[in-house]
Amino acid sequence: MVSVRSTTDWLYRYVVFPVGQMLIFIIGAGLVVSVLAYLLAFLFPEPRPNIILVDQINRQLPGMLIAGVSLGFVYAMIALGYTLVYGVLKFINFAHSEIFMFGSVIGFEVMRRLDDTGYMQGWNPILLVAFIVLWAMLLSGLLAVLIERIAYRPLRGAPRLVPLISAIGVSLFLTDAVRAFQAITRNEFNLTYPTIDLPWLKNPIPLAFGETTVNVRVTSIIIIVAAVLMLVAMNYFVNGTKLGKGIRAVSQDMSTASLMGINVNYMISLTFFVGGSFGGAAGALFGMNVGTVTPFVGFIPGIKAFTAAVLGGIGNVTGALLGGLALGMIESFLNGILVYFPALGQRYTDVFAFSVLILILIFRPSGLLGERVDEKV
Amino acid sequence: MTTQPTSSENGFSLGALFRPLRQALQNPVIAGIALIVYLIFWYLILSSLSRQDPLFPLKSMLAFPPLVLFPFLVIGAKLDGRFKALLILAVLFIVIPLVGMYDSSYFELVIQICIFSGLALGLNIVVGFAGLLDLGYVAFFAVGAYLWAMYTSNVDTWFKINDLLVPASSFYLFLFFGIIVAAIGGITLGLPVLRLRGDYLAIVTLGFGEVIRILAVNANSPTNFTNGSQGLDGVARPPSLPFLTELITRVETSLGIPINNAQSLSQQALFYIIAILIVALIIVIARRLDNSPIGRAWTAIREDEVAAIAMGVPLVRMKLLAFAMGASFAGIIGVLYASKQSFVSPESFSLNQSIGILAMVIVGGIGGIRGALFGACVVTLLNLQVLKNFSLQINNWKNIDAVIPSWLVALLVFAVVGYVLFLVVRALTPLLISLARRLNQNFNAQQIRVIVLVPLLIVVAINALQLPSFRFDDWPTQLEPAKYERLVFGVLLVVMMIFRPSGLLPEPRRKMEMQESKSTQASVPANGGKE
Repeated sequence: MVSVRSTTDWLYRYVVFPVGQMLIFIIGAGLVVSVLAYLLAFLFPEPRPNIILVDQINRQLPGMLIAGVSLGFVYAMIALGYTLVYGVLKFINFAHSEIFMFGSVIGFEVMRRLDDTGYMQGWNPILLVAFIVLWAMLLSGLLAVLIERIAYRPLRGAPRLVPLISAIGVSLFLTDAVRAFQAITRNEFNLTYPTIDLPWLKNPIPLAFGETTVNVRVTSIIIIVAAVLMLVAMNYFVNGTKLGKGIRAVSQDMSTASLMGINVNYMISLTFFVGGSFGGAAGALFGMNVGTVTPFVGFIPGIKAFTAAVLGGIGNVTGALLGGLALGMIESFLNGILVYFPALGQRYTDVFAFSVLILILIFRPSGLLGERVDEKV
Repeated sequence: MTTQPTSSENGFSLGALFRPLRQALQNPVIAGIALIVYLIFWYLILSSLSRQDPLFPLKSMLAFPPLVLFPFLVIGAKLDGRFKALLILAVLFIVIPLVGMYDSSYFELVIQICIFSGLALGLNIVVGFAGLLDLGYVAFFAVGAYLWAMYTSNVDTWFKINDLLVPASSFYLFLFFGIIVAAIGGITLGLPVLRLRGDYLAIVTLGFGEVIRILAVNANSPTNFTNGSQGLDGVARPPSLPFLTELITRVETSLGIPINNAQSLSQQALFYIIAILIVALIIVIARRLDNSPIGRAWTAIREDEVAAIAMGVPLVRMKLLAFAMGASFAGIIGVLYASKQSFVSPESFSLNQSIGILAMVIVGGIGGIRGALFGACVVTLLNLQVLKNFSLQINNWKNIDAVIPSWLVALLVFAVVGYVLFLVVRALTPLLISLARRLNQNFNAQQIRVIVLVPLLIVVAINALQLPSFRFDDWPTQLEPAKYERLVFGVLLVVMMIFRPSGLLPEPRRKMEMQESKSTQASVPANGGKE
């Protein structure tokens, strides 16, 4: 770590640079996807009778961009959990999608409890969101640490398949454990966030882009703002603090790090806490956005976030951000455009995410920003 | 409040108690007689159970697994090979069919066990022999099932509209088509993923399985192939054999069982025989493969891919062969499954199913044929017998308005909470000792545990005694054990990986590998780099 000389230097390193990077990624992904969309419109000018694709794209572009960015940030936050753990332990934490689910359920529980007191409407919106997200972060982070302690730590050094299978087991167990808990306490699994009591959250904000007006959802804005704040904090934590340095050291070489006096187990727990809390925050924000969550909500976002992590280059924090934004943007565009192609339709969006994953893994397994690692013999 | 040494002494004395018994069972004559007595005992129990009994689910749940697991006892016993074979044939073709005549649900269960045994053996080739973790294995099962279902279902699909339906008698031909089509599917999956290994392979195959499932859900428009999520029903069954019906009627009359459904029973029996034959065929093929140059090439790939290439193992061909073999087993089983269920829907081919099959392979012992069979039996019994009967039992208790008396509730709560507290205190003992040192008190581990636990336990006991009795009517309707198979699979996978990664019936070779890798891998030990 290079010592930081002045306040401007600090600001540049930990605020301007990461935010600028995010902006570049957003603009880049947006541009690429827009160009692709117009290319599609050029190839198929009229996919359905009386529907001119170019006009539709013109009308929907701003809305799709904003939805894509917010979706992309959710994926990026989950992808961070995969990538951090992969960086340190070199294994895919299959249970991370369920930590995301746990975060969304915690968000629901906290919000419903607040609603039951009857004072929720009076809370300051920012305070309310922060309160819910912080609870989700704390508990999900602790859950991730607990999982690591119980299910992964005893398996360190075992063949690679062993912790992977254990992670799959944890993931299944968590789904049903949350389900059983909800069955006992509430006797149903569809957990609807009480957002109906919050008019400021429910009503979209109309924003004008030239001639068209786009109704932007408040939750999209919350997700974007919260994600940017958290990602900046994360960047500072990993690159600017001593603990972050420890994590990086462990991810580079575990045994050498332990020789240098770094408590490896502590660093691994910390990594799980950070990754888990990001997953949990993403879960709570996602839950607020979609309104209703279930114990099964984690699987699809989890696998897409994993795709994002691989797309960016697994083990690479910046890559997770780029991958998440790119995937969110692509998915939002597909959702908007596939409607006009009757033979395909929106139902194949998920297939598309899987196909992207398979194609990347086959043709560029190191991802967009990853380095090629040669197999050690 | 036992400390560890005393508990291990307990285990020792228990072992001493059983030692004469175990020694007696070394004698082949005694072992043979014991096995026959065991078989007759469970047969008598099962044939005497009546569905009217409110405790029927619980009793059947306890009595049926010992019968199904009997072949594994036989294999493990010290007996002459021919006698073993005779015993296994007797349980497969006499005792289980007889029990099935008393209650056809047992037939159903054994057929399911056979189906999952076939799947587990197939996955075992891919995961166990070749070491390629395949999480989308169920896709090939789906391919086989849909192949037969699309050609015979009575739903108006593209096949029916174009008059492509085939007669039910072509079932046996389609078993072979299932093998071929699924093997082609296996190669199609295998080709692009040749370069991937470990975690990446797992994710890609998972994606492949999901893609197949999503295709099955969505391939109902613009042209209807699969009828979407409603599934295909009315799938044809192979024509029943008249002599089987006659045989069943005769046996039932001679045993004094009321004949109510000889026709459907003979259908079940036919499926049972086909399933047993298919599984036997798969076992033979898997054994031959395992002991062949191909099997050794797979072992080499599993243990070190780079070294295997260097030794001249044709990697591409061997990997594709592993995928194709595993897939073809799933394909033939899929055709059987579609025909037996007479209904196929994407629900049956979810990721959970894949992981369930993986759990079977892992519970039994990854890489072994006996292990895969054992795992399939245990997990299927857990899933389809234990959990389901537990649900039925709760329903029964609900219907007769059963109540757990308050003293029993108190006892249960006390036992569970007390045990958890004991574990917590045991884990925190070093911390407690150091705390006591701060207060200038010197205690050893046992003393401090007693001091902390006893007051806590008294508080728990006082609170537990005040709990009301529990009425089964208050059991939450959503908390139905039959729907919590994921919980079971999850716990099984984690516990097996932590305590017995080589499985319950490990192959000697695999066991060696697992232990070796645990002791030699240079990495930071789990107790931290500090100590």
